Amino acid sequence: MTSLEDKFEESKKLGLQIVRESEEDRLMTLSVGPQHPGSGHFRFTIKVDGDYIVYCDPDPGYVHRGEEKMCEYRNVIQNIPHLERPVIHDSSNITYSYSLAIEELVGIEVPRRGQYIRALASELNRQVYTLYWLAIYGIFLGHSTMFMWPTGDRELFIDLLEALTGARVTHAFNIPGGVRNDMPDGFKDRCMRQMRYFQKRLKEYEDIFYNMPLFRQRTEGVAVLSREDAVKLGVAGSVLRASGIPYDIRKVEPYDIYNEIDFKVQYMKTGDCFARSYVPFLDMHESCHIIEQLLDKMPQSGEVRAKLQPTPKGPPGETYRRVESGRGALGYYIVSDGTPRPYRVKISVGSFRNMLALPYLLVGQKLADMPAVYWSLNYWPVEADR
Amino acid sequence: MEEIKKKFGESIKVVFIKPLRIKIQVEPRDIVEVATFLRDSMGFDHAESAGGTDYPKDNQIEVIYHLGSYTREDLGAHILSLTARTSRDDARLPTLINVYKSVEYHERETFEMLGVYFEGHPRNERFLLPEDWADIPPLRKDFKIKGR
Repeated sequence: MTSLEDKFEESKKLGLQIVRESEEDRLMTLSVGPQHPGSGHFRFTIKVDGDYIVYCDPDPGYVHRGEEKMCEYRNVIQNIPHLERPVIHDSSNITYSYSLAIEELVGIEVPRRGQYIRALASELNRQVYTLYWLAIYGIFLGHSTMFMWPTGDRELFIDLLEALTGARVTHAFNIPGGVRNDMPDGFKDRCMRQMRYFQKRLKEYEDIFYNMPLFRQRTEGVAVLSREDAVKLGVAGSVLRASGIPYDIRKVEPYDIYNEIDFKVQYMKTGDCFARSYVPFLDMHESCHIIEQLLDKMPQSGEVRAKLQPTPKGPPGETYRRVESGRGALGYYIVSDGTPRPYRVKISVGSFRNMLALPYLLVGQKLADMPAVYWSLNYWPVEADR
Repeated sequence: MEEIKKKFGESIKVVFIKPLRIKIQVEPRDIVEVATFLRDSMGFDHAESAGGTDYPKDNQIEVIYHLGSYTREDLGAHILSLTARTSRDDARLPTLINVYKSVEYHERETFEMLGVYFEGHPRNERFLLPEDWADIPPLRKDFKIKGR
């Protein structure tokens, strides 16, 4: 039997124009995004060899707005509305750590009721974000029910936040010194009622989505991120907790009244796509408990907001404050030079850090697993670009 | 803190020590060594963020790494800020990518936003800004937003 090499030589003798296939010929370059709805406003270039991804290079920046530069032109209060644009679905959390940082720099004491209400707004907002993410994760794995249900239930939380803050998505509610306004009458009962309903729904989510054999087959054992690599890559939030590290800023560095709240840090040890998608779901359970406790323990009356000057300013200095957002630790590094405007604002977001795990996890996976891996990273392109 | 002082002596300047936050400043030539020591002996296993601040008055750019720990429970809430200053005219620093893999994209961002060249970094190139960006690095103070 003649080998392939012999056949090649033979064909050349016959005068046939045959070219050997090089490695370059085998690889095909694909551009995922930025217009493709499966990637958000984000592009990554991948190379595939047959069905397998052999190369991945993220290319962010399509929604870069220069938030950090803009902060240097406005005073600390004017900065609030534009700072929540990077992640409008989690707008209470992204302004939370900013408020904490400004309070430390200026030296503001927040009234206790204000602390409770802004923790409440942040937890409600976390649910809005996680439900939105879950809806996207569902639709990109071809499960349209899991798109419809969370999108519908998300309305409950948006309605609650609308009653609380006056706006549906971008609230500008957490401000230095507390929250903008007090809770409306009857909010507690309404919130409790919806929380009971939502906990029932979570059980249904688990039955229809997380326990479905098809979903499990597509995610279990796919793109495993080991504990050591998770630490080395410095990933954050649910991605980190899915790899076996129970790290949650609300627990390790409790801000405001979180040290009075009893909750567990949910984590898993497998580090695969299933763990990364299941940890946010467990977090939603915990958030429900936190919201109920916040409503119970909240002081019944009192100020919600410290009195501030129109343009607060403190002595020169710098600070780095963090909160746990829907996508991991969200920190602000703020340098103040003693004027009402910040000298430098650096936003450190979970999405930007989780992006580093994308090439690491995608290489070696099948192309068909790409959406399952990409969305399991809890990546929000707009937040990463800032 | 004492340990770092003992090991590196006068080349390290402690800027401040607050509850849970420490800021130290090192000479650019020592930064890799100090970072390796912080990782291996002190337990700061990852960098949460890296960025920079422009100080035109001193004609310097300060690059800051916020180091944290996931694996040591007692350090979970601590952030150690490791900083180094470099001249604005020829901004160059050694990269920490071999010590902390997690700074890879942060250093790339700092390169394009502040124009600090990280020696040894495989990709000092465009990241977030548009491809046809033809101006000075935007986070430098002499870059002004038009109309303001």
